[in-house]
Amino acid sequence: MSLTGRIVTVYGNMVTAEVNGSVAQNAVAYCHRSDGVKLMSEIIRIRGNLIDMQVFELTRGLMVGDLVEVTDDLLSVELGPGLIGMVYDGLQNPLVEMAQKVGNFLEPGHYLKALDRNKQWDFTPVAKVGDVLTCAEVLGFVKENIFDHNIMVPFTLRGEWTVKDIAPAGKYTVEQTIATLEKDDETISVNMIQKWPVRMPLGIYKERLLPTTPMVTKQRIIDTFFPVMLGGTYCIPGPFGAGKTVLQSNTSRYADVDLVIIAACGERAGEVVETLREFPHLQDPRTGRTLIERTIIICNTSSMPVAARESSVYTAVTLGEYYRQVGLNVLLLADSTSRWAQALREMSGRLEEIPGEEAFPAYLESSIARFYERGGIVELKNGKKASLTIGGTVSPAGGNFEEPVTQGTIKVVGAFLGLSYARSYARRFPAIDPLESWSKYNGIIDTEKVDWAHDFLKRGKTVNEMMQVVGEEGTSIEDFIVYLKSEFLDNVYLQQNSFDEVDAACPVERQKYLFNMVTDVLAYNFAFVSKADARDTFFTLTEQFRNWNYTPWGSEKLAEIENKVKETLAAKGAAK
Amino acid sequence: MNKYYTKIDNLAGNVATLKAKGVGYDELAVVEGKWGKSLAQVIRVNGDSATIQIFAGTRGVSTGDKVTFLGSSMRFSFSEDLFGRVFSGSGEARDGRGELTDNLVEVGGPAVNPAIRLMPNRMIPTNIPMIDVFNTLVEGQKLPIFSIPGEPYNELLARIALQAEADVIILGGMGLKYDEYLFFKNKLEQGGAMDHSIMFIHTASDPVVECLQTPDIALTVAEQFALEGKKVLCLLTDMTNFANALKEISITMEQIPSNRGYPGDLYSQLASRYEKAVVFEDGGSITLIAVTTMPGDDVTHPVPDNTGYITEGQFYLKGGVIDPFGSLSRLKQQVNGKTRDDHRAIMDGCIQLYSKCRETREKRAMGFEMSEWDNKLLSYGDDFEKKIMSFSNNVGLFDALDSCWKLLSDHFEPRETGIRSNLCEKYWKKEQA
Repeated sequence: MSLTGRIVTVYGNMVTAEVNGSVAQNAVAYCHRSDGVKLMSEIIRIRGNLIDMQVFELTRGLMVGDLVEVTDDLLSVELGPGLIGMVYDGLQNPLVEMAQKVGNFLEPGHYLKALDRNKQWDFTPVAKVGDVLTCAEVLGFVKENIFDHNIMVPFTLRGEWTVKDIAPAGKYTVEQTIATLEKDDETISVNMIQKWPVRMPLGIYKERLLPTTPMVTKQRIIDTFFPVMLGGTYCIPGPFGAGKTVLQSNTSRYADVDLVIIAACGERAGEVVETLREFPHLQDPRTGRTLIERTIIICNTSSMPVAARESSVYTAVTLGEYYRQVGLNVLLLADSTSRWAQALREMSGRLEEIPGEEAFPAYLESSIARFYERGGIVELKNGKKASLTIGGTVSPAGGNFEEPVTQGTIKVVGAFLGLSYARSYARRFPAIDPLESWSKYNGIIDTEKVDWAHDFLKRGKTVNEMMQVVGEEGTSIEDFIVYLKSEFLDNVYLQQNSFDEVDAACPVERQKYLFNMVTDVLAYNFAFVSKADARDTFFTLTEQFRNWNYTPWGSEKLAEIENKVKETLAAKGAAK
Repeated sequence: MNKYYTKIDNLAGNVATLKAKGVGYDELAVVEGKWGKSLAQVIRVNGDSATIQIFAGTRGVSTGDKVTFLGSSMRFSFSEDLFGRVFSGSGEARDGRGELTDNLVEVGGPAVNPAIRLMPNRMIPTNIPMIDVFNTLVEGQKLPIFSIPGEPYNELLARIALQAEADVIILGGMGLKYDEYLFFKNKLEQGGAMDHSIMFIHTASDPVVECLQTPDIALTVAEQFALEGKKVLCLLTDMTNFANALKEISITMEQIPSNRGYPGDLYSQLASRYEKAVVFEDGGSITLIAVTTMPGDDVTHPVPDNTGYITEGQFYLKGGVIDPFGSLSRLKQQVNGKTRDDHRAIMDGCIQLYSKCRETREKRAMGFEMSEWDNKLLSYGDDFEKKIMSFSNNVGLFDALDSCWKLLSDHFEPRETGIRSNLCEKYWKKEQA
């Protein structure tokens, strides 16, 4: 039996209502517009018998005195087979189905079930009658694309439950009962659907582990210099036009994970459309299937209601946690967390809370920290390891990293990939600043070697700055060579052409091979007759390495190019 | 019969509060007094009181004025009769040709479902080489023109409007000077485009609240035409005035400002307008070009900064030309691969050389010696500015590409351009070399 109340205030997307009875924080409520449309809302503050709600729709037309229906449910998502390949809004409404039902526009008051109720899944039981199980233990599995999607004992069950009945192998819809469990004198039927409140972390496992396996993104600058781990967290702050979106899109295509969840949070609809229209046609080289078969899109673009934007990152992270529970390695890409923080700020302003820095609420930092903490690698109850990696972009106002969202994020992530406007201006992509960025993780290449190579970048920058003042003629040839070597490393290793079929994704083996070739050049003892000679030689080397980067792995041409490199080096070597 | 009230409790800024019952959020009202009539909109309801923002401002409004609630949110008449007409920011006729009342549509409705959008993939020719060659405009794109006050941004807008082959041109003017309004009107009339143009004009002397309504009405009309399968070009100038109007209202409403006095939802407010740019499946589209003047040429100012995060690139207008470095069309990759095989190569090649020329100019300014290569770059740069960058060039894409080749041939050897040799063989202007 749900509780009802009456609206007393409407202000933007915040509605206050008077209710008599007990209500829960974050419970879902519906505001009934006088024409019968029900607008979904969430309770975000309770003061005596007044409840403040954020409404997930345009509040146009709501009046004082309109009915409010308060439910017992917290804002939740539906979990089960059939989530992969879907496009949802921030409240988990399937957008394609929504368009079929409602039309071109997202008219307020329409809510659809997240999981297809008619689709039949091939169920294989694992548990046997008489087994004693606890929550999140496996009852059986269905095939979802290439994955075994485990159907588990409901996450909300406490204690030990005995399997009284389990469905035989066969085809079932998500709503059909596949098991009956009993504890003491209580008996429950279990189907494939689970519900979980999005604001509660979902993590039922034996233990949480330290991230130690690199998550290969096939972007050299990340994998070699600023690596990210499976179950780790990272952030990509950058001004507009610095290539955040291209970098996220490349990561979503090439990252070595089982499942990618893209949370388009308050960003351009066009970018989602690109993913939506292209992923069904792009092949995932790991499985030979299309990319959409390993992708879930949560899409609450900038013109969609702001409260749903706030909840969309939680929806996304809960789906990520669920598939980790299933046993997969999941990557969540949140673009952009700044828009989510702005949504927090908007609500906080309407609630008339005392503002912190730049009018963001005082709880901004702890909210960011809690969000990233939901990532991690775990050992599940069945001994399998599974992970949720979280990568968030940040869009700092004016490109200034001193602002609260960037600062709040840097503190809690394991890797910081700062994009620089100067690098994108110079068309050096990916525009990750190699001197500002850092990672606390160890990557695919020995840390010592990486540090050694990285040192050239630092020294090269110093020489370059000096050259701005004293000119090329005032710089010693030794310094000049250091500068050229750093530029060489930048040009042929850090930069990667995402529009080139081969260079766009550089697998681990190839990266290691190239890294050795590059360090050979960096360590090489050159003898040049003049600076022009030095510049010319490095121009040739850069050209040769670029061609190498554009040549497919396994091609005979690679060896040809390597020989040319050797010739170039031999011609300019100093006597030992 | 609509309900009316004759007792206003509070008046401040453009905002009035009064006791009223059964009033919906966002509902429209009319305030009638000694100084005339004005529309108003409900921006908060609280218990038995309603807060309204009065479009014409509160100057001269008396606490005893009559406030009538209309029972619906803002609507505007939509039909082909709109062509050639001029309206104010609140949708009243500005050309003395009478109001339209047929087929009212809701202004500022819900967003388009992202799942039904199409990828923009058709080029819009402008005959401006800096756009067509280097930062191609694409149908369905949203693109601002970043400019400091005083640059010829309205001339640029008018030129794009007349060149682009749009079915419908909609101009939303916010805070325009009266002569700017006349400029647009004359341009469209002279160009023979008035018969498929509609203007919504808020001038600097009009009430601030109307400035807020202007883009909404303009985009609502644009959306209706796009739904009918028309290719709509929507021009908005100047969005900074719109943002300043938002700031004014939010401060009156005692909202806590976030950055330089602008409200915390500036991003969402701007985005909900810009995101109206769309390509529908049945061929209709809205292409949105908006002027954003940058106070003090500061791109980190909240208005251009937030805009840059929303839009698909930007044109920087600097020194009377479109600056090739700050400017970016994010969608150009969607179209410039299928125009002509040398398009991308020319786009990259010419700009790289011009960027080297800029570096050389800096070197020269610091007194360093100029090499033969440096001199080549310098003369190329001067020519590039004159023959390609200047707005006086009015040529189609292919001619513009040919001019670029001519320019390269005049100043360089093919291998110095960094352009693939098979293209150089095909297009290099040997006779001039």
